[in-house]
Amino acid sequence: MESTFKSNLKAWLYLLPALIFLGVFMVYPLIDVFVYSFEEGYNSASQTSFGTGIYNYSYVLHDPYFLQALKNTLILVAITVPSSTILSLLISLGLNKITKLKELFQTIYFLPYVTNTLAVGLVFMILFKKTAYTDGMVNLLITAFGGKSVDFIEGPYWAKMMVLCIYTIWIVMPFKVLVLTSSLASVNPIYYSAARVDGTSNTRIFFRITLPMISPMIFYLVITGFIGAFKAYSDAVALFGTNLNVAEMNTIVGYVYDMLYGDSGGYPSYASAAAIILFSIVLTITVINLLVRNKSKR
Amino acid sequence: MKVVLKNLTKRFPSRDKKHPEDVIAVNNFDFTIPDGKLIGLLGPSGCGKSTTLNLISGLEKPTRGQIFFGEDDVTKLPAENRGIGLVFQNYALYPHLTVRQNILFPLQNLKGKDKMTKQEMETAAIGAAKLVQIDNLMQRKPAELSGGQQQRVAIARALVKMPKVLLLDEPLSNLDARLRLQTREEIRRIQKETKITTIFVTHDQEEAMSICDQIVVMKDGVVHQIGAPQEVYDNPKNLFVAKFLGTPPINVFEGNVKGGKLFIGKEEIMDTPDLKDGEVYITIRPEGFKHDSEGVLSLELERIEVMGRDISVIAHHDNCQNVDIRAIISSDNVIDTSKATVRFNLNPKKVFVFDKTSEERLL
Repeated sequence: MESTFKSNLKAWLYLLPALIFLGVFMVYPLIDVFVYSFEEGYNSASQTSFGTGIYNYSYVLHDPYFLQALKNTLILVAITVPSSTILSLLISLGLNKITKLKELFQTIYFLPYVTNTLAVGLVFMILFKKTAYTDGMVNLLITAFGGKSVDFIEGPYWAKMMVLCIYTIWIVMPFKVLVLTSSLASVNPIYYSAARVDGTSNTRIFFRITLPMISPMIFYLVITGFIGAFKAYSDAVALFGTNLNVAEMNTIVGYVYDMLYGDSGGYPSYASAAAIILFSIVLTITVINLLVRNKSKR
Repeated sequence: MKVVLKNLTKRFPSRDKKHPEDVIAVNNFDFTIPDGKLIGLLGPSGCGKSTTLNLISGLEKPTRGQIFFGEDDVTKLPAENRGIGLVFQNYALYPHLTVRQNILFPLQNLKGKDKMTKQEMETAAIGAAKLVQIDNLMQRKPAELSGGQQQRVAIARALVKMPKVLLLDEPLSNLDARLRLQTREEIRRIQKETKITTIFVTHDQEEAMSICDQIVVMKDGVVHQIGAPQEVYDNPKNLFVAKFLGTPPINVFEGNVKGGKLFIGKEEIMDTPDLKDGEVYITIRPEGFKHDSEGVLSLELERIEVMGRDISVIAHHDNCQNVDIRAIISSDNVIDTSKATVRFNLNPKKVFVFDKTSEERLL
């Protein structure tokens, strides 16, 4: 008995540094945020509030800026998660098939992952932004094919959303390609030999063998993809600057940031309420994902 | 369906820069596998037996030569059109599909006039499952089966299309000893029931000897001998075949022929009037020794092992290549273990003589 207590003590001792850090920088702030979200008009300087209730939630949910941010985030998630996953799967399948220059292509596809977000934003500016001197690469192409040039950065909503989606997909794809390429490579080739001997068509091999075998990885990518897309913020800043509300391109995390530190900031209660709303959305979607996954497993 | 291999050769490009010459995995194979028989491709690891199987299956393309199924040249035919069933060494059952789905899988691939209705597929799958006695496991996933059961599922999946030729790649190597004995009988039974020409690859000579109608003994991509197991065992063509077949292994002595007589060391053991003088290998099967205190060959006695029916005499001889000489004699014999030497007469049918350089059989 004593010995287990002793060895337990030792274990706790080893865990202590991590626990302290997690407690101070994760658990305590989380609880704090939860508490703030129910305190009306909390003032961080005086540490006072008018009272408790759901007023903050009501305010946030009626704030047009928040609703805009929510809409943007949902569109972004709905478009980028499936399309980036499918695109990465296609690229990985291609990478898995080729033998020549495979490493080179793998490196090229991985490059965006190690490139700074803002640097990528700059490249996208060159591609999409209209300046006094040029319409941007994409517009030059559009006009070359007889289309009408579009202002992608300060123009219509759909154009800005499209750029944001393309940007996000481009940013998240390398990691997915990396994960999928390695999980494709880890499928034992004997299954393909067996399928070939049995005269299985390529589509059937893909849907009945390859896909089920790499499905745990795809599932993992979808979940982390959802979470990542819901947390989107820096991508929008890189493209549209910090004044996202004016650009109609704010995201939920952007809204939280603005409420805390932005020009209209200084409202930790509203920021907390928005953060808790985001948390519950992500939680719900993850739980649904898990349920779907468990059901399909059976 | 008989399978004919004609001048079949497979070379692989060398990956070793120091030895840029091609690796010849299969060298000029030329033999016929008769219809409805169970054939064992037997040889040590790396002898090209799996490559041969892959060539017959169509998973590999031969560098040269032809393969016929019956009268049809299938050399250029892709694997899926050859009508073969292949059982892989690690079974290659699809882990996410149930036993039933695994067995149905090949049938669902059938197209055109071969296409089956759901009912026909179900019947065929249950038929195949019954044949290998796993029809009570149809809803299980492969991970929920024992090795032996997985093996049966793999065989059922290979058989369900009623292939012309059934190929088994080291089918027993992943099973434990007891299961291996049981499963090899099972393979024999299934083959007898279906009468499908079956080729199976193994490095275990006992396995091949016990169930095959014919064995093909290979080494380094070359066929050394083809024949019925007993015939090959009793009449090995060369030293390799003699050494490869038989447990305990054959005892190899260095000896010589002088004036029509065969010598091991100074002892004259046999009259060999037809042999020329020179150095030879003399091999004696463990069961070829007859205990006789006046016998022609004397060995240093090490110990004896009594195994009920038989006695195993373990001995040494300076001219013997084996670490231990094993002689298996009937337990009626009484060996005096206090003596340092033990003498034997030899059964001439169990003694083979090979040329020292070519290692070909002389007697």
